[in-house]
Amino acid sequence: MSPIDIIRTSIYSLTANRLRAALALLGIVLGVCSVITLMSIGRGSTDRITELIQGLGSNLLTVIPSGEPLTLTDVEALRDPLYTPSIKAVAPQIGTFGTIHIDNNTTQASISGVTPEFLHVRNLEMGTGTFIGTPHVESLAEVVVLGAQVSEDLFGNQDPTGAEVRINGRRFRVVGVLASQSGFGSMDDQALIPITTAYYRLSGQRIPGGDISVDQISIQARDVESVDQAIEEIETVLRLSHRITEADDFTVFNQQEILDTFDEANQTLVVFLGTVAGISLLVGGIGIMNIMLVSVTERTREIGIRQAMGAKRRDIVAQFVTEAVFLTFGGGIIGVIVGIALATAIDGRFLIGTEWSTRVTSDIPIIALIVSIAVGLFFGIYPAVRAARLNPIEALRYE
Amino acid sequence: MSTPTYASQSVIHIRDVTKVYEMGDGTIQVRALDGVTLDIYDGEYVAIMGASGSGKSTLMNIIGCLDVPTSGTYHIDGQAVETMSNNRLADIRSRKVGFVFQTHNLLPRLTALANVELPMMYGSWPNRRERAEHALNLVNLGDRMDHRPTELSGGQQQRVGIARALVKEPSVLLADEPTGNLDTTNTVEILNIISDLNHQNGITVIVVTHERDVAARADRIITLSDGKVTSDEPRSSTQVA
Repeated sequence: MSPIDIIRTSIYSLTANRLRAALALLGIVLGVCSVITLMSIGRGSTDRITELIQGLGSNLLTVIPSGEPLTLTDVEALRDPLYTPSIKAVAPQIGTFGTIHIDNNTTQASISGVTPEFLHVRNLEMGTGTFIGTPHVESLAEVVVLGAQVSEDLFGNQDPTGAEVRINGRRFRVVGVLASQSGFGSMDDQALIPITTAYYRLSGQRIPGGDISVDQISIQARDVESVDQAIEEIETVLRLSHRITEADDFTVFNQQEILDTFDEANQTLVVFLGTVAGISLLVGGIGIMNIMLVSVTERTREIGIRQAMGAKRRDIVAQFVTEAVFLTFGGGIIGVIVGIALATAIDGRFLIGTEWSTRVTSDIPIIALIVSIAVGLFFGIYPAVRAARLNPIEALRYE
Repeated sequence: MSTPTYASQSVIHIRDVTKVYEMGDGTIQVRALDGVTLDIYDGEYVAIMGASGSGKSTLMNIIGCLDVPTSGTYHIDGQAVETMSNNRLADIRSRKVGFVFQTHNLLPRLTALANVELPMMYGSWPNRRERAEHALNLVNLGDRMDHRPTELSGGQQQRVGIARALVKEPSVLLADEPTGNLDTTNTVEILNIISDLNHQNGITVIVVTHERDVAARADRIITLSDGKVTSDEPRSSTQVA
């Protein structure tokens, strides 16, 4: 039997019961569609996590104390290019919590004491006004840079630059507002003030020696390649300044490691989603098998006629397997189209409480189509072999 | 085409063929054919008669290479069938046997022409369309080629079935109760066509039937009873319908 004959025969048979073929097809369409959509969601969320974490700043390392406090002396030591040639910038930070209000408008916000380097190290952008400058830090100036959300809560759409707010009762002058940003470490709900002001005016803690203790130090390495070197330099400097001989009293976090951890978690999610989608494709495949078995029974007589006219077993097998593959491949193509449309439609939308982000890469539809053909072959073989094994005499007698 | 062997004179060469069916768990054996020996020669028109249960269907299945004998030998066109694999049997059916069924067994959504082309899918046949048209012309349906079975009368449907059986120029046209589902007018029409094919085109015809007047058209009538050939004689002139 020539391939053209096989295909023509299959089309003839499939068009005999269009509704049934369409329903069997639908199972595959849904399966492939969910594979495409869920894989795109997986890919999209990987992208998003990467984007979010990189939004924190590039080549970012974070040092937090785990014992002895970190101080501005440590910060100065870390800034010395002689000891830390791989470090580009160092931004210490003190975090407190406070109430900000103007007149009768009040909002809660995290208050961070920072230095000018913070802006670049944390990859922040100004909406309006200016950031905290070195003179502010040196003079314990009572100035504040508001996060976008804080600004909106207090001032609505007005530009608050120059206005006065009260933080925990103290007067602060607004010098700028940060541009809104999403992602991890978003500063939208924060207010930034000079680190010295935060320490002396807002926090109650003092450490011996008149130094300023900080809650965390963000450090930007020179480039991606120097991240590991920067970690070593940080550890060396801090061990020296803290006179450490045994366990470190600080911890260095590498942004890349955090990224990897999230990526790993996300891979698990992708595999899980893929499995769910795979199961629905499997169910679709079982539907195909079911339909093909019914079809074989219904067409017993036709099979008998074909056998009497000289069809070999392999001809019958080829006919029925081709029918099954036609169904799954056709369903696969429709599923790919619908799946891509769906993935594109939900991309960037805010649905069921989350913002969805999807990315359809070219490998996804190819994988889906190959899998759908494989499903057709796998679930089509058994009914086809049953058809081919029919005894021609009994098949011809079948009513 | 026919390989010259000792059986080369006859198209159908059956020697001492038995067919035993095992029923249930094998304890009951049904002897459907019990030592049948017969030869059918090229160009003959033979009717096989017998009551139901006489073994005529079994004999037809064996002649048609749908089944193989339990013992004995069967040659079609000089080729031994009894030892053939399924694939070889399908091949022999494809090239040597043209089946005409009691019900026309046409595929309902194909035109007459497409139905006649159908057997030529199995085995690579060239010029299918021309062959199919030729076969339909032989059964006087040249003007109904594009009609679907439902648009044809019972007799016309059966003529399409005959054309389909003829299209591969088989060694033997094997008709199983070809008029069983037809009224008198259509029966006469079909029997005339079969007679013409035999007389004018020299096609070897075997008709299996239980009806006397159908068998009466044949040149030779073989009667089966209890799996044995009870009579095998040329048609007497008085039996002409």
